[in-house]
Amino acid sequence: MTITHDLLVWFSKSFGLFYLMGLSLIVVIYAYWPANQKPFNAAAQAILHDDDDKPYRG
Amino acid sequence: MVAELTKNERQGALVILLALAVTGLAMAAGGRGDPFGVHGALVLVVSIAGIFAVIGGYYAPEPSPDRLDSYYDTPTKFGIIAAMVWAVVGMAVGDWVAWLLAYPEWTFDAAWASFGRLRPVHTSGVIFGFGGNALIATSFYVMQRTSRARLPDQLTPWFVLFGYNLFCVIAATGYLMGVTQSKEYAEPEWYADIWLVIVWVVYFVLYLRTLNRRKEPHIYVSNWYYLAFILVVAMLHIVNNLAVPISWGSAKSYSLFSGVQDAMTEWWYGHNAVAFFLTSGFLGMMYYYMPKRAGRPIYSYRMSIISFWGITFFYMWAGSHHLHYTALPQWVQSLGMTFSVMLLVPSWVSAGNALMTLNGAWHKVRDDAVLRFMMVAAVFYGLSTFEGSFMAIRPVNALSHYTDWTVGHVHAGALGWVAMITFGAIYASVPWLWKRNGMYSAKLVEAHFWLALAGTIIYVFAMWNSGIIQGLMWRTYNESGTLAYSFVDSLVAMHPYYIARAVGGVFFLLGAIIGFYNIWMTIRTASQDETAHNTADHPVTEPAVGVPALQPGE
Repeated sequence: MTITHDLLVWFSKSFGLFYLMGLSLIVVIYAYWPANQKPFNAAAQAILHDDDDKPYRG
Repeated sequence: MVAELTKNERQGALVILLALAVTGLAMAAGGRGDPFGVHGALVLVVSIAGIFAVIGGYYAPEPSPDRLDSYYDTPTKFGIIAAMVWAVVGMAVGDWVAWLLAYPEWTFDAAWASFGRLRPVHTSGVIFGFGGNALIATSFYVMQRTSRARLPDQLTPWFVLFGYNLFCVIAATGYLMGVTQSKEYAEPEWYADIWLVIVWVVYFVLYLRTLNRRKEPHIYVSNWYYLAFILVVAMLHIVNNLAVPISWGSAKSYSLFSGVQDAMTEWWYGHNAVAFFLTSGFLGMMYYYMPKRAGRPIYSYRMSIISFWGITFFYMWAGSHHLHYTALPQWVQSLGMTFSVMLLVPSWVSAGNALMTLNGAWHKVRDDAVLRFMMVAAVFYGLSTFEGSFMAIRPVNALSHYTDWTVGHVHAGALGWVAMITFGAIYASVPWLWKRNGMYSAKLVEAHFWLALAGTIIYVFAMWNSGIIQGLMWRTYNESGTLAYSFVDSLVAMHPYYIARAVGGVFFLLGAIIGFYNIWMTIRTASQDETAHNTADHPVTEPAVGVPALQPGE
């Protein structure tokens, strides 16, 4: 099968469009999902106070 | 260093070095007089030196199990010093070729001293030698801290660092001998490329193994950026370097691609090298060291995630803007242009996020040159990404392409963003790593900062002027409809700017040399009394926990 220009344009205007839109939507939903705020803020704070500077050993 | 390896790891190191020595010997034998043979001899000599080093420390007592109570930072220390050595070498050669452009007769009639051979020594030296070592070193540091896990073993990080630097040395020495596959930023030939794939895959797996041991439920965003850097650079490197050598004993190979496909593959690689090597990796660095140094969490963690995916998925399509007005189909050019313009959004979100993080810490930016390096880096990141999106617009590109404007743009990013954030991160980590109260001399950090900033500004303004004059001269017609200026006319017009650019480069290089001296003296100077507590050089502890400083207007 040869990939023609028309085929590529059709593919990018159908699959490409929804793939990028869908992806953006998923990323925004993930970033703003209320349950995710706690781990996000914890992670942002955590790097500031690793006072002992030691790996965890369990 | 060998003393830090366990018995098994010492044996592993010997096996690897022996295999490498045999490979080097085979290359030297098969290559004979070809540069391939010279590189074989180089590999052989380096491996034998390594074997002697391991044997020399082979019977040292094994490291105590207590080592597992601390992070493994010796590779990071080595990587930082390697980065600074490459910075000085790469920038010195860069300034050398800058003078060569102003005075082209300074080549001593020697092939190795021609612009075409020295220029890739500069670009690979600063991008891969300086930038790459800094990224690997800081990524080891950051992934351990943010995962609260020690590196899984002691041998792999050394394999990555030594292997990577061997690649850099093979690349640079090859250029001087005339070995190149003529792909910008991917000049090393097939055998060096295969070696880099091996090293890079080991690096990627090492990162995943460390993350797999993490004790933090959430993977901190810096790791996302570092991982994207490692993963995508592997993809780019493998695809762009697909080639067939003319024989097993020759350095020369031919690319699998030809014509416009070759050009597109090369710039898909080239622009994503900017995106994932020079942006993603350094954003990972910034998202760790800047909050840490400022003592404030990222302004918006959510935005750092959104811009991560924006950068990752938009950059992939932007490469074709390097091929405007070429044989590349118009629609592919338009695609690259559109994605380049869209890229401004996640780029400015990142730059804004960085600057907003500093809100409430501006007094620290004023007093602390290390944090100021990072602040200026974020500003130049914002400026360069705006300029890049602008220059990718086809009619703008008609003026800017093939001119020094492009060179100015690249250096606004490379000097202003990449080098500044790296120097900031290195100055922040050196006292942490070597357990010092601060850098040997805060005044020298200050001097480095102003030299670097002055150098960048001189450089970029010289190239903006020269580039736009060049672009305008090339497109000026006289009444009879022919070109008003010859190419040599434009060359004469650029001469003063070339001198100015080389002077700017001297400033930047001097800064790097001072930085290297300062780092060296910090390492050599014994730790002072801990009572001389310098808050600027320590991560903020108790007082600031959960209580951000007041914002203006609060």
